[in-house]
Amino acid sequence: MARVTFTANLERHLACPPMDVSGSTVREVLDRVFAANQPARGYVLDDQAALRKHMVVFVDGQQIRDRIGLSDPVADNAEIYVLQALSGG
Amino acid sequence: MSDRFLVATRKGLFTVDRNGSGGSDWRIAEADFLGDNVSMALVDRRDGTRYAALDHGHFGVKLHRAKAGGAWEECAAPAYPPKPEGEVDQDQWGKEIPWSTVRIWALEPGGDDQSGVMWCGTLPGGLFRSDDGGTTWELVRTLWDHPQRKEWFGGGADLPGLHSICVDPRDSRCLRVGVSCGGVWQSDDGGESWHCRAEGMRAAYMPPEGQFNPNIQDPHRLVQCRDAPDALWVQHHNGIFRSTDGSKSWREIENVRPSNFGFAVAVHPSAPDTAWFVPGIKDELRIPVDGKLVVTRTRDGGKSFDILRNGLPQEHAYDIVFRHALDIDESGDRLAFGSTTGGLWVSEDQGDLWHCVSHSLPPVYSVRFA
Repeated sequence: MARVTFTANLERHLACPPMDVSGSTVREVLDRVFAANQPARGYVLDDQAALRKHMVVFVDGQQIRDRIGLSDPVADNAEIYVLQALSGG
Repeated sequence: MSDRFLVATRKGLFTVDRNGSGGSDWRIAEADFLGDNVSMALVDRRDGTRYAALDHGHFGVKLHRAKAGGAWEECAAPAYPPKPEGEVDQDQWGKEIPWSTVRIWALEPGGDDQSGVMWCGTLPGGLFRSDDGGTTWELVRTLWDHPQRKEWFGGGADLPGLHSICVDPRDSRCLRVGVSCGGVWQSDDGGESWHCRAEGMRAAYMPPEGQFNPNIQDPHRLVQCRDAPDALWVQHHNGIFRSTDGSKSWREIENVRPSNFGFAVAVHPSAPDTAWFVPGIKDELRIPVDGKLVVTRTRDGGKSFDILRNGLPQEHAYDIVFRHALDIDESGDRLAFGSTTGGLWVSEDQGDLWHCVSHSLPPVYSVRFA
């Protein structure tokens, strides 16, 4: 199970507690998170299900590379952080 | 007469109410979404539902609504459908057009006979329809898939934007929309088919052979007279244009003092020859002429203009009024506008005298009478 933690700034808009979910890629993990917390999906992903322009995802300390397909691998017990990018101000 | 208007700003939504009988007694009664970027607001005249479009930056575009007397709740924001695999969608510079809502730039109720119907214009240029008061939205594919849509380009923004939606009071199936930059488009069948309707507009920013191409015009704002809907006005990037034949043709209004440049226009709901503008110097110099904030008003279809300055700052004023930030109420007597530097003024006599409601708001994007 990977642990997914969201930027605390999301809490201003909707509940988004950390979640433990399974999955071998970032896409699989986030799909499971958003299946349980559907309102949060549009805050992190755009209309084409790519990562929003000024959001970043770290998997075990490494920023993911595939912002469109979210195909970066996720190991068992990975720590995933969904954060705001400083590029967005 | 309306005693209330909504002010959407860079840092929140403000509700302004009229108190008592004094013309100057307009006050901010409520502040919502403080700190958030509110790009557009609306009170649906049919049922009193309020709408607020938010742009959270990192977290994207959201839409909230509040039924009459109720609390705000998030509803669905218009979302583009999946882009087909291999589809190339680029503007004239080869820049990719995202199939994703970047900004809500227009929000209008459908006709009085269309309960629940809402229209929404967006960057990057898509028009959306809701049949359930904003619970769900669907992209109007007929316009989005029109081959000429790919000729549109950004004006004032990186992406094309659909900023004006006029539902014809005579026939709710007749729609006219304004696009920067894509001219004026009309549908006579509720959005089943579309035609560009900007014949006669001139684009000074194009080479001579392309200046009258209807599909590259930059109407900053399109408005329609309620009681004489064949009368339409456009504040364009390089001038003021008027149609008296339901947008079949447009005529440029020339020799406007102190300037014909601006973003906003309001038309009197029952006097089609009467319209208001808030001029800046020019496109490359977006400040009021001589540092004096004025409103211009024509009562004769653009043959002449009054310059209205009573109650407006006349020294070192650098306010610009964005395209949605000037509005007129249903009576045609009350106007309100807000500026980029946070000024907010209201008039109860068609602009002869202006009262300052605030000079310290965040930058104002939209002013809408309830």
